[in-house]
Amino acid sequence: MNALTSLLCGLVFGAGLLVSGMTQPPKVLGFLDVLGRWDPTLAFVMGGALVVSGAGFALARRYGGPLPASRQRRPGPAQIDRRLVIGSVLFGAGWGLVGLCPGPALEVVASLSPKAIAFVLAMIAGMAAYDWRPARAAPATASGNEALASSDD
Amino acid sequence: MAAFDPVSALLGGALIGLASVMLMVLNGRIAGISGILGGILAPGTGDKLWRLAFVAGLVGAPLVFALFGRGLGEPEMPANWILIIASGLLVGFGTRLGGGCTSGHGVCGIARLSPRSIVATGIFMASAVLVVAIVRHGLGG
Repeated sequence: MNALTSLLCGLVFGAGLLVSGMTQPPKVLGFLDVLGRWDPTLAFVMGGALVVSGAGFALARRYGGPLPASRQRRPGPAQIDRRLVIGSVLFGAGWGLVGLCPGPALEVVASLSPKAIAFVLAMIAGMAAYDWRPARAAPATASGNEALASSDD
Repeated sequence: MAAFDPVSALLGGALIGLASVMLMVLNGRIAGISGILGGILAPGTGDKLWRLAFVAGLVGAPLVFALFGRGLGEPEMPANWILIIASGLLVGFGTRLGGGCTSGHGVCGIARLSPRSIVATGIFMASAVLVVAIVRHGLGG
């Protein structure tokens, strides 16, 4: 049941990326290229997504009570730490090089383009490198937050 | 490249938002693609089925579209393979370290007014804008 609803969500999400043009790297790069011929598409996509998700989350909070799924998971602590900053800088740099972020990247694999597949394999390798990176020997400064901070935001 | 079309951009965005709300209400999960994919790869997480199903839906969407005659087409990628690999590595590692990407931080997080996500989105946008400025216009312009 969980898997079926999740599959449906993936389909709707993917349809949204396709309809909005976000599976086309030039449109994403056109948005990021503020010095060139700027393409506002991504701002409209995010705007549309935020209106619906903002209203939806607010309604779910107000009327939903305890949501159907027993394990209601939301991202962990609200603190802004070095991991968040460095991770976002690195992600942004990679995003700016090709114009693919994780959602559209997975989706363009369906085109069977060798370059799209290579990108996703590299992305998976990057994620695996995160999981297998050598553990810091540092004393337990922020280690209590470590597990929480990496929840699926 | 297709011209700017605000209607399809808003409609597509609304579908992305709808999917995020659906996943939260139906599964109690955040629709963050890097988190969903990362959870499949991470050792020792037992909840891989819903994640695999979501990714299957995401990859399956273009195939459903193709049935209606709207194929995905070849994505426009850089000629340089090293650049593609470097970009993929940065996106994979960076999103895991930063705890989210355009969907998890940029949509779900901002919709919940999470300060972490607002800051993360500002940073990865700025970083990406800077890289594009350097690549396309020399040193930042």
